[in-house]
Parts: sequence; structure tokens; C-alpha cells
Amino acid sequence: MSNLDSFREETRQWLEQNAPPAFLGRGGGGELEGPWGGRRWKFSSDAEKQWLDVMGERGWTAPTWPSEYGGGGLSPAEAKVLAQLLRELKLPRPLIGFGLTMIGPTLLQFGNEEQKRLHLPRIVRGEIRWCQGYSEPNAGSDLASLQARGVVDGDHMTVSGTKVWTSYADECDWIFALVRTKPEATKKQDGISFVLIDMEDPGVSVKPIKLISGSSPFCETHFTDVKVPLANVVNGLHNGWTVAKALLGHERSMIADAFGGVVSSDRARGGGLQDMARRYLGGGDGPLEDAVTRDAIAQVEMDTRAFTLTVQRTRDAAKAGHKPGPESSIFKLYGTELNKRRYELQIKIAGPQSLGWEGPGYEDAELQRTRDWLRSRGNSIEGGTSEIQLNVIAKRVLGLPD
Amino acid sequence: MQIVLTEDQELLAKTAADFAAEHSPIKRVRDLRDSNDPLGYSRALWKQMAELGWVGIPFPEAVGGAGMGLAELAVVLEALGRSLVPEPFLSTVLLAGEAISRHGDDAVRAEWLPRIVRGEAVMACAYPETTSRYALSQVATRCEAAGSGFRITGEKSHVLDAAGCDGFLVSARSAGADNDPQGIELFAVSADAPGVEIVGQTRVDHRNCAIVRLQGVEVAGDARVGAPGRGHTVLEDVVDRATVGLCAEMLGGMSRAFEMTLAHLKEREQFGAPIGSFQALKHRAAELFVEIELVRSCVMAAARAVDAEASDARKLVSLAKARCSDAFVLAGNEGVQMFGGVGMTDEYDIGFYLKRARVAEMTFGDAAYHRSRWAQLSGY
Repeated sequence: MSNLDSFREETRQWLEQNAPPAFLGRGGGGELEGPWGGRRWKFSSDAEKQWLDVMGERGWTAPTWPSEYGGGGLSPAEAKVLAQLLRELKLPRPLIGFGLTMIGPTLLQFGNEEQKRLHLPRIVRGEIRWCQGYSEPNAGSDLASLQARGVVDGDHMTVSGTKVWTSYADECDWIFALVRTKPEATKKQDGISFVLIDMEDPGVSVKPIKLISGSSPFCETHFTDVKVPLANVVNGLHNGWTVAKALLGHERSMIADAFGGVVSSDRARGGGLQDMARRYLGGGDGPLEDAVTRDAIAQVEMDTRAFTLTVQRTRDAAKAGHKPGPESSIFKLYGTELNKRRYELQIKIAGPQSLGWEGPGYEDAELQRTRDWLRSRGNSIEGGTSEIQLNVIAKRVLGLPD
Repeated sequence: MQIVLTEDQELLAKTAADFAAEHSPIKRVRDLRDSNDPLGYSRALWKQMAELGWVGIPFPEAVGGAGMGLAELAVVLEALGRSLVPEPFLSTVLLAGEAISRHGDDAVRAEWLPRIVRGEAVMACAYPETTSRYALSQVATRCEAAGSGFRITGEKSHVLDAAGCDGFLVSARSAGADNDPQGIELFAVSADAPGVEIVGQTRVDHRNCAIVRLQGVEVAGDARVGAPGRGHTVLEDVVDRATVGLCAEMLGGMSRAFEMTLAHLKEREQFGAPIGSFQALKHRAAELFVEIELVRSCVMAAARAVDAEASDARKLVSLAKARCSDAFVLAGNEGVQMFGGVGMTDEYDIGFYLKRARVAEMTFGDAAYHRSRWAQLSGY
């Protein structure tokens, strides 16, 4: 038996013994389904808490992070076995969130020893929930023109300014933020620092933003003379832009992964668009009578397949030891645009039944679909607009001049 | 199924790319056109390709082939497609050759396959008719029993590589209405058989293509390929294979057209700057890049699915062809637009890609046809 085989057997036994019995066979859910953790998280069941505790203790919420920082210390091959087993046993994700997908990988790359020892174990155990302080009212796509100030004074800086689109800031414990610490720098990218701020510090206040979908997943976060120790600066003062860009890469790959997940779970629910068309447009079992809708469904389904095949091609190339090719640059762009088109087509098929906001006359699923459609319009804006993604491809992949 | 090239496949791609650069740059396509070459390709070069083993890639080792699959052939066709190399792979290898290899009996296999693999025989597949569009079941050409064999009468058009070929497969109906999938026979016919007339057609891409007229052409009973009345099944099988081959060629063509366009965007200056610095053009270039990357995944997946006889292979073939059709046409159209005025001139090469894109789009079914086929295979 190879080492990997024995790892597989031991891990299977451990999971079967330690997973809450109610969770075995429950199903994993998508990339964005699971507990986000943090001091304010309300667990939906004792089992959810128990599952997070045992997995966090073992470091398997972050399987490949080094064990000295609380991670699982697994090799990529072992982590793959663990992921396979979790799927096989239909176990849900023990923990999700920006700690695992964004700030954690960034600290592993850029953080100093003290920062890694302080923050990573608390992410692994789901004790601290993180949010992102990047965009500002006057700095969206042009992120580097951000205005939030950090005035250095001895061993700390005083932070003032406003961040927008801070996801779930009202439920988060810490924020990683970009602040301008050297306003006199000639290049606007040069005077920026990447800092970690405790949301409980005096001077931090949060106001939820209501979206066109009616939900409020984002906040406006205000900083009024917040004292932040310089020990919380990552990668040194004024060197934040490099960190910011690397983290954006993590964010975009997380978003692309999430849309891969959305697509596959939609398919797993069975038929999707095809079933909707039969229900709302009528007709028998043969070819859909409305040729335009039939073509539109085929188009979205085929584009979806082309997208997932491209994701697979990237993974297969990586497994074969190739460096990441240019194809990965398209995932954020294409995945989000495709998700928008899928929702557009769904509401077109549902017709007037897609117009309900609330109340009688609509099924719950119809009302939810309408809210999801409205929310999907933001997919190609958040995390770098589609237009910015096209700029990035034109510059970095195609080498077109500025 | 792994969507990645093996080391052997990468080596093959490199060999084919080097060969095309040396023996068949895009200028050769121009020269063949300008000299009104009756074949539109070269028998000598075809022989060389056979000696390199490319013609025999999908055929069994028993007849001199390599016993490999579409994944390997696609790598070669993509490399050749970059400079629109016109040699008769689709007709001779993937349509007629594979029909005989996969569905023919020993006699017809022995007559044709060794010569095909050695590059000595070029074979067409005369199945389309003027009114058949993309439907393989639309066959008005008829055959009737004559002694121990058959007598065929009818007319085929848009037959790839028929001009100057050594023989061809022809579809003819022994029973049923003109659009009935049942009752179709396939026969191997020698090009010099009495009653055969082959008239070259000139299309926008100037590749070899012809009308094939059959006036009471007599064939022996053992010239039939496939079971009696089941020619439609054979055609479906080989046209899918040829579609993947064409897709690989199209991937090469669109990639090269895009590279030429990109180079132009970096060189051409207007308003004191390279035109590739303008965002309106940057975004169009980036969008085209995305389409071509998606196409590559689909073509690789389709080739591997057909090789593995995967249950969704036919859907993946339609996915690849639908996307190739749209993306190659887009690459040609966008190329001419971004080259601007010079893109409209015959002197520049980008126009060759625009024209080839259109012919390839409408060979084996365009994007709308394949979306409809996808829907049908998906149960709607």
C-alpha cells in the first residue's frame, strides 16, 4: 500500500468517526455555502459547530497551509485525496470565507512570522471573519486613486476615510484595507499600504448598503481617526500595491471557482433551462416549439460546457506539470458574464412570472429567481469589472501597448 | 478524459508546424490559386505527408496505419490549418478512408486502404447534393439492382477534393423517400468508371471541390460499404470524425488570423500611437482571444471523446463545430476590420482566412445547425 493509499484509508476512517452523523451524506453545497465563522456567526445547528471544531482542530479547513500556522500541512496530493473523500462521503464544507480564500493565502505569501502566527490559526479555526477594504466612493475600477489616509506617528498610524462594498462588514471581526500612507509619492500606486484592522477598534463604524435585489450583502465602512499599530502593516509601509494585486488574483480565482460551482450545481438540479421552458412555454415532449428559445437555451448550455471544459483544461495542464497558461485569465470575465446571461434567459422564459417582488401570485422559487437575477447583475462589476478584465487580458496576455 | 497534450502529441505538433513553415506557408495557397492549379493541392506533398505517417494516423497497423486517434490527427491538422494547408485529409482520411476502414468489408478495404495510407490514392466522399444542405439523410441519387451489382444515377455537389481524385464513395438511395434515413447505400467507385463525370467547382476559398454526375454508373455488389440500407449510419459516424478534423484545422486558422491581427494592432500607427493602444480595439481583441481559448478546450475535448467513444461524444462534436464556426468567422471578420483598408486588398493575407472561415463554417453544418443538434441530443 502506498503512502497515499494509507493516508486515504486513515482519513476515511477519521472522517467517518469525527463527522457529525447528521452530516454524512448531506452533500457539500457550492463554493459559497457553509459557515463563514467569526465571533458573530450563528451556527444553524450544533452539528455545524461540531464539524467546524473538529476540522479546524485538525487544520483541515485549510488543508495545505503549514501546520505551524494551524493548517493541515498536507501535500497537494494528500489535499486532493481529502477533497475527494469529502465529496465521496457527501460532507458539507466546514468553513468558507475570505480568510481562507483571500487574506490567508496573501499572509502566507507576504506576511511576517508574527502576523502569520497571530492570524492564520484563528482563520483555520473559524474564530475570525474577515472583510475587504479596497473600493471607495471615488475609487472603483481605478482602485489606485484611493483616498483613505493612514498618517504615521511613531509605532502606529491613524486611519481616516471610507471604504465601500465591504462584504458583510457588519458581521466581520477584522478587515484588510488599503490606505494611502505617502500622499506625496509621484506614482499613485507607490504610496499605498496594506493594513489589518480590528473592526472593534474605536472609530470604526459600519452601514449596510441595500442593493437592487433588496438584500444587503455589502456595507459602507467608515474610519474616523482609528489607531492601528504599524505591526499590522503587511509587506512594509508604502509597499501595499503589490500585496493588493496578488490578493485580487486570489479574489478573481475564488469568484471564477464559485461560478464553476454555480454552473455545476444548477446542472445537478436537473435540466434547468430545458425544464423551465417546458413548464412556462408548454408543448409536449418533442423539440421545444419556440425555436428562438430552443436556440437560446442551447447557446447558454453550450457556452457553459465550453467554460467548464476550459476550467478542466487548465487543471489538467497544471496536473501535467505545465505552468498556468493564458486561458486562466478569462475565468472571472467569462464565468460572470455567462452567469448573467443564464439568469437573463431564465427570466425571459418565466415571462411575467419573473416580475414578482414579493407577495401572492408567485411561487417562492420564482421570487428567489427574480432576486437572484437582480443580484447577478453585479457579478461583472465586483472583483474587477468585465471591462477591467478585458484591459488586463489586452495588456498582460496579448501585450497590447498602453 | 484529460484535456492536455501528451509529450508525443506535443512533439507531433512541433513536427507538423515545422513542416508547414517549410513546405506550405500561406503564400503557397495564393500561388495555387493564381496558377489555377486544377488540383488545388500537391500530390507530391501529399505523398510526403504519408511518408511522415500523418495520412495513416487513424488506420489500423495491418493496413500500414499508425492505429492512433483523432487526438493525434487533430494536432497535425491544427498545425497545418494555421497556413490553410489544402491537402485532402478530410476527404481521403476522415470521410472515405474511415468509412472504408471502419465499415467496409475485406475486399473494399484491401482495394483502397493500403493505397490511401501510402499517399497514392486520393478519395472523395460524394454525399452532399444541391438541396441537401447539411442533412445526411437527404439523398435523391438513386441506385437499382443490375445483375449482381448496382446501377447509380444522380448528381452530387460540393464534394470535397473530388476533382482529380482516384475514387470516391457515393451515397445512393435503394428505397424510401428522398429524406428517409433508411434505404441509403454507400458504394466505392473508381473515378474512371464509365458514366462518371467530375466537374470542378470554384468556391471563395479556391480549395478543391466538385460536382459529381453519375449516369447509370455500374458497380459490383462488393463495392458496398456498410450494411444494406444503412449508409446513413456510416455517414453519421465519419462526418462526425471529419467534423472534429475540420474543427482542428479551423482552430489553427483562427489562431493564426488572430496573431496576424494582433501584430498589426501593435505596428500600425494612427493619431501618433499604435492602434492597439486604443481601448475600443483592445477589448475586441481580448474578446476574440477568449473565444479562441474556449474553442481550443472544445476541440481537444471532442477529439478525445470520439476516440474514447464517450456517451456524449456527439454533443461535444456539435459543441466544437458550433463554436469553431462562430469563432473562425469572427476572427476573419474582425481581422479584416482591424486591418482596415488594407485588409480589403487581395495583397494582404487576412482575406484568405475570412474566405476559408466561411467555407469551413458551412461544411458539415454551421453553428445554428449544431446548436439544434445539441438540443436534439439533449432531449429538447
